[in-house]
Amino acid sequence: MSNDQQKTRVASYLRDVPRSGIRDFFEIVRTRKGVISLGIGEPDFVTPWHIRESSIFALDHGATSYTANLGTLELRKAVSEYVERTTGMHYDPESEILITVGVSEGLDLAVRAIIDPGDELIYHEPSYVSYAPVVTFAHGVPVPVLTKQEDEFRLTRSHLAEKVGEKAKALLLNFPSNPTGAVLTNDDLKDISELAIENDLTVISDEIYSGLTYEGEPTSIASVPGMKERTILLNGLSKSWAMTGFRIGFACAPAELTEAMTKIHQYTMLCAPILSQKAAVEALLNGDKASEHMRNEYRQRRNFIHKSLNEMGLTCHLPKGAFYAFPYVGDCGMTAKDFSCRLLEEENVACVPGTAFGAAGEGFIRCSYATSLENIKEAMKRMSAFVSRLKT
Amino acid sequence: MDELLRLLQKNALETPADLAKVLDSTEEDVRSKISEYEDSGIIRGYQAIVDEDRLELNRVRAVIEVRITPEREGGFDHLAQRLSRFSEVESLFLMSGGYDLLVIVKGETLKEVAFFVSEKLATVNGVISTGTHFMLKTYKDQGVLMQDEKERERLQVSP
Repeated sequence: MSNDQQKTRVASYLRDVPRSGIRDFFEIVRTRKGVISLGIGEPDFVTPWHIRESSIFALDHGATSYTANLGTLELRKAVSEYVERTTGMHYDPESEILITVGVSEGLDLAVRAIIDPGDELIYHEPSYVSYAPVVTFAHGVPVPVLTKQEDEFRLTRSHLAEKVGEKAKALLLNFPSNPTGAVLTNDDLKDISELAIENDLTVISDEIYSGLTYEGEPTSIASVPGMKERTILLNGLSKSWAMTGFRIGFACAPAELTEAMTKIHQYTMLCAPILSQKAAVEALLNGDKASEHMRNEYRQRRNFIHKSLNEMGLTCHLPKGAFYAFPYVGDCGMTAKDFSCRLLEEENVACVPGTAFGAAGEGFIRCSYATSLENIKEAMKRMSAFVSRLKT
Repeated sequence: MDELLRLLQKNALETPADLAKVLDSTEEDVRSKISEYEDSGIIRGYQAIVDEDRLELNRVRAVIEVRITPEREGGFDHLAQRLSRFSEVESLFLMSGGYDLLVIVKGETLKEVAFFVSEKLATVNGVISTGTHFMLKTYKDQGVLMQDEKERERLQVSP
């Protein structure tokens, strides 16, 4: 066999990117039966019927074609109106809004639109699993900043400032945060904005969970004076309207950046699926009541899970957004991964080890409360039994 | 509406301890609020929602549109209250539109319901006319679907 044949055909930059820890854990969980899963990062609700129905109606009427690269004007107008209503900022539907295939695509486009090879992008950990790999795929350098439980996993200016070096080009924010449920205060936003302006950083703000904010109104960093012109705001319909499978996200950004992202989008994706765009219009225009109802349910489950975790002796801050609790299990005498594996083996409850969200997640597990209150109750009962066995 | 009431309407078996956790309140507080609602008559009872179709009892349920003559002073209330006392009457509503009262009646057999309508309801002084519709199948009752939904496939773990 010649050397050539032994060589991998996979590109070198890709070889070093590890598989998602979530995927590894999923492989373990899927072999078992009767698992109560708190490991799910998507709403347990079915998309509200009136939204599904609008897709069916559109299909009935032959909506089977491509749309404009940017997305239908109808949807961009609805997005513009929604963003203005929720953040107070106006984005021009003609030139500043791009409809993407989920925030996942929006994130990829945003990163590729602003990162040159070697540029650093700073993001906070523990974080959603895609951030670092997406930056690597763009030949950029992902730079994590740790967030800590004592700060309720908020990103603070002091921690951030340490990481902003010469090559720092961009900052990626995700609040409310997956996996920690953290939300920034207005002061945090102001501090971080100042730092971004001083260092001329472009900010990518992944606000997919903004519709699931439980304390006060969500605030976008783009609404801080001086920030809109340097911010790419990413959001979508997956979480607020339980539409993960529709794959609709949107990017709001200055025309220059929107144009840059569209350049990639038009050649790689062309457009988001038309039926999903139709459903998204219905959700944005007439879906407030449905999303309010779901938010209320999540809030109650959050109260329940937060109290239960603390009662069983696991320290857990009150998550102010998203649908995850992120308790500390580091004092149970094992790693987060071992904790998750044994909890699964002994009690058939699945929680994702915090290390799936970066090294900063060691000592923590992510408990999603996007599952029925019945499931949460049973899971908490089993988990409590497990923890008390460990701690005695 | 108070969130506590909404939760009880959804599931009256929820324990005060769990309700307190969900509402970020205390168990005593929840208990005392429930007692207040019961005492003041806001909570009027607790029932199970039963899909009787599955029991194959072949019971009959009918919706009856009733037109009545309102009484001086009593209006519709007096007669409506009188009709609602019949044990056969499951629900009774005052309506706007083409008729005045909507009466839901339950009986063991078609004959029993027909007898009730013709002999009891229609003969009450003040009842002008009745129109009876028999219910054939229940798809959804009090917000609860009667058919089992197929379990949706969802990834057990996802980012």
